[in-house]
Amino acid sequence: MKHAKTATQNACKLCNPLGACLAFRGIENCVPFLHGSQGCATYIRRYLISHYKEPIDIASSNFHEESAVFGGSHNLKIGLKNVSDQYKPEVIGVATTCLSETIGDDVPGILREYKKEFKNGSPMPILIHASTPSYQGSHIDGFHAAVRATVKTLAEKGEPQELINLFPNMVSPADLRYLKEIFSDFKAPLLLLPDYSQTMDGGPWGEYHRIPPGGTPASAIVRAGSAKASIEFGSTLEAAKSAAGYLDDAFGIPRHHLSLPIGIKESDRFFSLLETLTGHARPEKYEDERRRLVDAYADGHKYVFEKKVILYGEEDLVVAMTAFLSEIGMTPVLCASGGKSGLLKRRIKELVPEMDELGIKVREGVDFVDIEDEAKVLQPDFLIGNSKGYTMSRKNDIPLLRLGFPIHDRFGGQRMHHLGYRGTQELFDRIVNTVIEQRQNASSIGYTYM
Amino acid sequence: MEQITILEGRQKQIFEKKKGVAQPDIACDTSSLSGSVSQRACVFCGSRVVLYPIADAIHVVHGPIGCAAYTWDIRGAVSSGPELHRLSFSTDLQEMDVIYGGEKKLYHSLIELIEQYKPKAAFIYSTCIVGLIGDDIDAVCKKVAKESGIPVLPVHSEGFKGTKKDGYKAACHALMKLIGTGSTEEISKYSINILGEFNLAGEAWIIRKYYEKMGIEVVATLTGDGRIDAVRRAHGATLNVVQCSGSMTWLAKEMEAKYGIPYIRVSYFGIEDMSKSLYDVAKYFPDRPDIMEAAKAVVSEEVKSLYPSLQKFKKALTGKKAAIYVGGAFKTFSLIKALRSIGMSVVLAGSQTGDKNDYARLKEMCDEGTVIVDDSNPVELSKFILEKEADLLIGGVKERPIAFKLGIGFCDHNHERKIPLAGFEGMYNFALEVYQSVMSPVWQFAPRKGGIL
Repeated sequence: MKHAKTATQNACKLCNPLGACLAFRGIENCVPFLHGSQGCATYIRRYLISHYKEPIDIASSNFHEESAVFGGSHNLKIGLKNVSDQYKPEVIGVATTCLSETIGDDVPGILREYKKEFKNGSPMPILIHASTPSYQGSHIDGFHAAVRATVKTLAEKGEPQELINLFPNMVSPADLRYLKEIFSDFKAPLLLLPDYSQTMDGGPWGEYHRIPPGGTPASAIVRAGSAKASIEFGSTLEAAKSAAGYLDDAFGIPRHHLSLPIGIKESDRFFSLLETLTGHARPEKYEDERRRLVDAYADGHKYVFEKKVILYGEEDLVVAMTAFLSEIGMTPVLCASGGKSGLLKRRIKELVPEMDELGIKVREGVDFVDIEDEAKVLQPDFLIGNSKGYTMSRKNDIPLLRLGFPIHDRFGGQRMHHLGYRGTQELFDRIVNTVIEQRQNASSIGYTYM
Repeated sequence: MEQITILEGRQKQIFEKKKGVAQPDIACDTSSLSGSVSQRACVFCGSRVVLYPIADAIHVVHGPIGCAAYTWDIRGAVSSGPELHRLSFSTDLQEMDVIYGGEKKLYHSLIELIEQYKPKAAFIYSTCIVGLIGDDIDAVCKKVAKESGIPVLPVHSEGFKGTKKDGYKAACHALMKLIGTGSTEEISKYSINILGEFNLAGEAWIIRKYYEKMGIEVVATLTGDGRIDAVRRAHGATLNVVQCSGSMTWLAKEMEAKYGIPYIRVSYFGIEDMSKSLYDVAKYFPDRPDIMEAAKAVVSEEVKSLYPSLQKFKKALTGKKAAIYVGGAFKTFSLIKALRSIGMSVVLAGSQTGDKNDYARLKEMCDEGTVIVDDSNPVELSKFILEKEADLLIGGVKERPIAFKLGIGFCDHNHERKIPLAGFEGMYNFALEVYQSVMSPVWQFAPRKGGIL
């Protein structure tokens, strides 16, 4: 029976400040700071830790009743002072919450006052402010808001350089490492923002680190304003909300906007762009990766052809995965997201023009109960998305292939590749293995060869 | 190594037990310092943890999506029947709702959810902005209760209006509205309620089994494997047995005032405290010596099988040092005793929400040199773990990566655990988990132990 549905049930999204905290974690010596209640910071820490298995300190201005009545200015300032004293950060990334946004705190104004009031104290950290009210958008919007705010605060006009800015979107630490490797092999100077490849997936500590090592240094971000180009992944990310869009507006740095490079076609597009921008041919290593991937497609094609999939997650990931699945002959019968950019369908259509003939259905702003209702009708062979689809996977006996964020019920989500030929190879292997495992389990014979 | 300093304004919440030094009272019961990375949560979190295990009610979070998303199915509180508590419902307030108010959205959400899921009751949690935008959730709840015929209970848990403890109180307040509305017919005189036991990994079932073996009737467990009908008749019990000092003492006091039901405080962790919690209940019914006999029989039977199995762990763990940082102080007491029973000493003990009496008792219990902290943070915890050369940290998810980064063992003693640690069998699991983590050979590679960075 179909029920009327006003409430969100088992949300397929998280709130705005979470994305901002993760992005700020990708700046060197930066402490993320939430201007709101203590709970926001604690819940978000818990959620991130369960995926990344790394300590993540997020400070909070810890609102009280008085702050809600008289404004959070006093608490924010004390909080900044305490964080400065205890963590000695180079940067504090302040993100707002629904509470501070609703009472209307003028955070930029408070930060200005703070700098004036404490200018003779200990070294003043760089203060970045991102507006991330939880009643707008979802975690991915907070992520982009923080990246844009960082660039806006730090980037300066300078002597033109060979530098390329890369804004990779909310990808895994392993993806970030791969992107750095690619640029290094191209011998192309890179500004990657954010870069939490080490802060969210680092080594053991011999001593306590207030802030874990790694991240993009603020001094490097300053130079983003004199780069020769920006590359930005994420097809639903609009220039008006993005870091590359800001740099284009403010400094005339051309913005090259790509889908997340998943699958051969989109990876080719990315590598071609790098060839154009750097003037170098792609290194042989990546030709090899690509050749192995094409070969794997051939070896595995029969397992995956016309398999029906329900895809869910952040919109950009869903678009990119739809393109990839289409090129290997799989059918994403439903592409779903808790996000609501209004662009999801259009972007998918651009990459997969034959989407209607293929029977690809697109839904924005849905939750897991909506997706489950669809699954009952669509009968997919499996689900692809984050861990939170496990409930419906188990209930309806549909296998779940985990990717993206969060992965709370498997080990190593932070080390999973998604991007480029390497990431696609890993995803393809996993998809084929999911099919093989399913067949093997269903077989009464118990083949040891599949 | 870099000197780690303690924030000004935090010094009074930290204490080291030393002979011949004045012993000031530890400051506690305060709200967290702005900008210190407290391991605490908020008022909403307090309410949510207390009511979460009630499995035949719907739990609707009124606010933007985060609060509901982060509390969706995050606890190991299991149910023997319905599982509505494992669903996450939110009014998912948007900007327009913030401007024009969210009452209508809440009303429609409730009517639809009640129609769809047929719960026995609904708990409505207000989050930070609900009061600010002027929503009258009491009025909406009243209206929906009338139309749906089930209790619809507002839980005033705006995150910033106090600490986690105030959230416990708001939850208990909602429970008080249910208690007293059911029939107490046929409830035995030898009966109890189990308060503050959340049935993580089935722990309430273990405890209940012991009490039932003693001939005690358990009227309601609040709130583990909870059912609305059981809560409604909780006032028919003779005694309240309260675990988890932080969350449920308020309810016990209210029930004492309103229904004349006395309460005792217990803990189910470790052999000593587990046994005591059975004896203390038995002592309450002196007219029935057979109950005490049965309690002794339960303890002796359980300990007989448990004790030998602990010796392997004790042999390996003797001399190892532990740090404890958990939510409630009462749990800390039990853990100190439990650790001692497997040969370990405690070098750091703390809690998020202990009160003055708790800390006084902690001071008494601890060895010389033990550091005691209230509402600590990662920087402090790390400082003391390193200074005191702890081999193990006991805490929750947020503390786990600190331990692993620093290269020491960890035991999860929080709401997410999937293995029961309460009761006698829980003590075995606890010792096993501590043993597996502390004795693992992987720490040889930790820099702290001379491993290669």
